[in-house]
Amino acid sequence: MDTNVRVNRRQFLGVSAVAGGGILLATYLEPLNAAETWAPEATDFEPNAFIKIAPDGSVTIIAKNPEIGQGVKTMLPMLIAEELDVDWKIVRVQQAGLDTDKYQGQTAGGSTATPNNWLPMRRVGAAARMMLVTAAAQTWSVPESECTTALGTVTHTGSGRKLTYGELTTKAATLTAPALDQVKLKDPKEFKIIGQRIPGVDNNSIVTGKPLFGIDVTLPGMLYATFVKSPVFAAKVASANLEEIQKEPGVRRAFVVEGGNDLFGLLGGVAIVADNWWAAISARKKLKVTWADHPTAQQSSTSFEAQSLALSKQAPQRTLRRDGDVDAALNSGKVVSAAYYYPFISHSPLEPQNCTAHYKDGKLEIWVPSQTPAAGRQLVARTLGMQEKDITIHLTRMGGGFGRRLYNDYMVEGAWIAKEMGVPVKLLWMREDDIQHDFYRPAGWHYLTGAVDSSGKLVAWRNHFVSFGEGERFASSAGIGAGEFPARFIPNFALQASVMPLGVPTGALRAPGSNGIAFATQTFIDELALAAGKDPAQFRIELLSNAPIVDPPPPNPQPGQGQPILFDGPRMRAVVELVVEKSGWGKTQLPKGTGMGIAFHFSHRGYFAEVVQATVSRAGQLKVDKVWVAGDVGSQIINPSNAENQVQGAVLDGIAEALSQEITIEAGQTRQTNFGNFRLLRMRQAPPIEVHWKISDVSPTGIGEPALPPVVPALCSAIYAATGKRIRSLPISKHDLKWT
Amino acid sequence: MKVSFKVNGKATTVDVAPDMPLLWVLRDVLDLKGTKYGCGVSQCGACTVHLRGVATRSCQVAASEAQGADITTIEGLSPNGTHPVQRAWQELDVPQCGYCQAGQIMTAAALLARNPKPSDAEIDTAMDRNICRCATYIRIRQAIHRAASLPAADSSPPPPPPGRSDTPLGLRS
Repeated sequence: MDTNVRVNRRQFLGVSAVAGGGILLATYLEPLNAAETWAPEATDFEPNAFIKIAPDGSVTIIAKNPEIGQGVKTMLPMLIAEELDVDWKIVRVQQAGLDTDKYQGQTAGGSTATPNNWLPMRRVGAAARMMLVTAAAQTWSVPESECTTALGTVTHTGSGRKLTYGELTTKAATLTAPALDQVKLKDPKEFKIIGQRIPGVDNNSIVTGKPLFGIDVTLPGMLYATFVKSPVFAAKVASANLEEIQKEPGVRRAFVVEGGNDLFGLLGGVAIVADNWWAAISARKKLKVTWADHPTAQQSSTSFEAQSLALSKQAPQRTLRRDGDVDAALNSGKVVSAAYYYPFISHSPLEPQNCTAHYKDGKLEIWVPSQTPAAGRQLVARTLGMQEKDITIHLTRMGGGFGRRLYNDYMVEGAWIAKEMGVPVKLLWMREDDIQHDFYRPAGWHYLTGAVDSSGKLVAWRNHFVSFGEGERFASSAGIGAGEFPARFIPNFALQASVMPLGVPTGALRAPGSNGIAFATQTFIDELALAAGKDPAQFRIELLSNAPIVDPPPPNPQPGQGQPILFDGPRMRAVVELVVEKSGWGKTQLPKGTGMGIAFHFSHRGYFAEVVQATVSRAGQLKVDKVWVAGDVGSQIINPSNAENQVQGAVLDGIAEALSQEITIEAGQTRQTNFGNFRLLRMRQAPPIEVHWKISDVSPTGIGEPALPPVVPALCSAIYAATGKRIRSLPISKHDLKWT
Repeated sequence: MKVSFKVNGKATTVDVAPDMPLLWVLRDVLDLKGTKYGCGVSQCGACTVHLRGVATRSCQVAASEAQGADITTIEGLSPNGTHPVQRAWQELDVPQCGYCQAGQIMTAAALLARNPKPSDAEIDTAMDRNICRCATYIRIRQAIHRAASLPAADSSPPPPPPGRSDTPLGLRS
């Protein structure tokens, strides 16, 4: 981002009158400062926003980001409304369409909406408020400093005169907007909306069944499509009984889509387009496709396991980080070795993938539930040979994301089929399509060795991480960061990696990387605590109290690239201590068969420590009794109602993954088909979850993901405490937990 | 075939394939989008409606089986979204993504109709076939208890909920 661009952005700040009266404030913001950006999202420089104030005083705030259930459609407008100083009860929120010129970043991923928007969105509101104050001061010929605002009204303190924002719109529309670095933000002590329990803005529509989601889109003259792909990923259609299918009732057309080889792009298959979706599905039952041979048809979970074992016995292909002398330290201490494994799992958002599109006169209009609509538009443009400017994308609310809708395969399929048909088409996947054609959380193996010295101090750690990829490149979401904890906190440390090739689509699942890595590292830390003869919580506190190794700055930093965000020992220690206190850790005598486990993890800038209490019957029946959570996501919990909901949801998501979720690959294809064999959590499995916040002095960060990873190892350690059985592979349902 | 039934109190006749599930009759023929598709195999409960007064997975009911039935969907649960379950859901800010909630609400309303003060265990049993992928289960359980303590649905227009979104989809008719 060079300086010129930045200046242009500032100049763009402006106000205009809108049809029917009122003002519209369009604010083009400078990007976040480099120190606040971080690697994968560094290009998503946020943002800009709109406020519409009508002469009757009504306020409309545009929500720019896609809503997947993380609460962003409520949260971002809260930030604007707070600084605008209006009554939240009168605010109406409108979802923006995709417009990267206006809004720049419009993605849902990485728990980034809060850190990227905390100041920019507040500045948008504050700038509008300043202009309304100026308009009032000019009307009254008084200094602005004598004017205050509250609930959408400017008051002159001396005379008590009042003007509502609605009454000031005409005047405000003639003013020049202030530079955003000039606007004054509220002292957090003055917050009236931020920090309140604000219900989701779509709640009323949800509980009354209004159409909101991608699957609900209806266009006049719309047809319905199903798309059948090869169970072996990316295999092409050799032949299909299309003529027979086209004779089925209600079917308009059945055709082959050639497709390519990129697992993230348009793959080959058969499209069936019909008058209604049931007709398309009924015809699909009679479809006979011969799929071309494909080189990945031999891969299987069993073969991956065998390759991993072989790789673990060889010298690692790469060393990602090395500190001190691991070999020497391992020779001098009490050594523990263990292999940890976690399987592929599916995202399974409850709303199946869908895309409604209409191609007409060289232009394409799309309604789609996508976490990355801009990337989807690029994919569609590239695949269909169109210009991005000829593609309009409407963002719909999503029936869950969890990372699945970061990938736009269903969008390009829907666009392709609609272009073929020339009329509006809704493509809707079956649940089976979704489970069998996911971008799975990749499986991973951690071959761990550690040592504690005679005083019980953790002195050596080696992790040979076996994953998927080619050469120096990990498969999507199958990598590990060189700085991943416990890096820097152990004097003799090695993180090494080996990879094997993969022909299964993989991708980011809520707290990507972390959702598996935390299981392996934190459960292994429990094993080391045992070897050290120490309480698992105390052992962790001591580890976090070590002075971390200070790394040299990275060579040749790229302009605009921020420093990597480093794990902060004291912040984590504080949440560990808080969860110890709240859970009564070590203070309660638990009966045999009941145990507590503790774990922590840092991801997405959030610090979370969790304690699980679980009970295992003699027959091996597992019940999670309760979870205590302590989290530090900065100086402000913006919406406590949503924050607690997100944390509880993330914890239960982690419990679901740990208990029974597994995708297995056989003969190159996914064996699981639906919720009968890929099991989601049920209500009776949901324990009470206490959520406690540690308020720190750093700028607020995101909440959608970081509470998930610690619960998996905390649960596994609770099972150990209850039964003496150590869970080193997931899911837990594969283990016999019987005890005597 | 022609099938006649009552949906949300209104007599309706549709001409559909006899095996077309009620779910798709509601969604694609009658444009009642509140009832959701999640799995198609009676595993998730997103498609729950009241059929002859019983909470039923509409993905498993063929259109022909609905002949003559009284059907209530989320759109018809109350005149103004004021059924105690709908009010409790908003009061406790239950939804995350919201996709499963119509099914949850229909199952919860049927539970309260036959058991006005259910225990936690009775709630867990009744709600066992409704999946919430966001896992808002803790709040669903609380909201059912809350709904049990609220008076019945009100036919006067409800106050607008605080902070709300504009008209959702279905804008292009």
